[in-house]
Amino acid sequence: MPWELKSDRPIYSQLIEQIELRICSGVYPLGSKLPSVRDLAQEAAVNPNTMQRALAKLEEDGLLYSNRTSGRFVTEDVNMVKQVKNKLAQEHVQVFLKKMKELGFDYNEILSIITTIAEEMKQ
Amino acid sequence: MSNILECKNVTKVFGAKVALSGVTLNIPRGKIVGLLGPNASGKSTFIKLCNDLLTPTSGEILIDGNRPGIETKKIVSYLPERNYLNDWMKVADIIGLFRDFYSDFNEEKAYDMLRRLDINPKDKLKTMSKGTKEKVQLILVMSREAQLYMLDEPIGGVDPAARDYILDTILSNYNENATIIISTHLISDIEKILDEVVFIKEGKIVLTKTVDEIREETGKSVDSLFREVFKC
Repeated sequence: MPWELKSDRPIYSQLIEQIELRICSGVYPLGSKLPSVRDLAQEAAVNPNTMQRALAKLEEDGLLYSNRTSGRFVTEDVNMVKQVKNKLAQEHVQVFLKKMKELGFDYNEILSIITTIAEEMKQ
Repeated sequence: MSNILECKNVTKVFGAKVALSGVTLNIPRGKIVGLLGPNASGKSTFIKLCNDLLTPTSGEILIDGNRPGIETKKIVSYLPERNYLNDWMKVADIIGLFRDFYSDFNEEKAYDMLRRLDINPKDKLKTMSKGTKEKVQLILVMSREAQLYMLDEPIGGVDPAARDYILDTILSNYNENATIIISTHLISDIEKILDEVVFIKEGKIVLTKTVDEIREETGKSVDSLFREVFKC
């Protein structure tokens, strides 16, 4: 999974989202050990201090925990990951709905477009 | 002492031309700082002052508590804007020179980077392209275990792929207590690896902020903000 960083928003908050995404999608499985700050920073091609800040925030949120001697780990709490998943889904849908409204669709039209496309993708 | 570099009201005048005017700047350890400004804004003058190639007309520069000189050169690794190495030398000879000159030079690291960039240590500098020469110089500079790296336009002449490798090299080779100051106008390429940016315009510092502060406050990348501040 490549790191996608947009140029108009703080890098730090984008790193948080990207790591959350990796946890939700199982790139970093529950209870697994994360790569070191330095390795992560290098992988994402960002400043190590910025990566450190993002990890500290995720730790504060409880999605990561650190073990003094052996590094940083993903939480083992399934519910917590579910919550994050819901949060990410909500954000995506909000952005999507906003764009669809800008295009001039109303709620029912949007729903029918989603159903049609979902059907098409199934095939 | 937490600041590796402290400048107090530094002014440099060449004849009637003011190159730097009242620059006051503190740079802590463990940061990657971008010194950004258009051509002729005073970036290189500032870096030369820090490396004792020029002396300030007034004001004071302290590096790890000392004025630029013999002591500071031991801990500052400087990449000048132009090539100063002897053209007839082989890369391996120059590595030998650096090993003799700097006690913090890590020869193994230098050879490792040469290998990764596919540069033959037995080649003479004379036979190399401009971009390859630049890579060699940067390898030499980044192979020192210095406390302060001052890179004057390090990525100007190299292709985008090598640029990525060089940024990667910078990220992987500097230790957490070292500070790197990079002067450049190729901002979009490097802004992701910077902690802080210093905008310099006509010899004066016009802005000092972290990259994320700029993005948060303006909703713009450092690159776009630069284009606005320095609009011609």
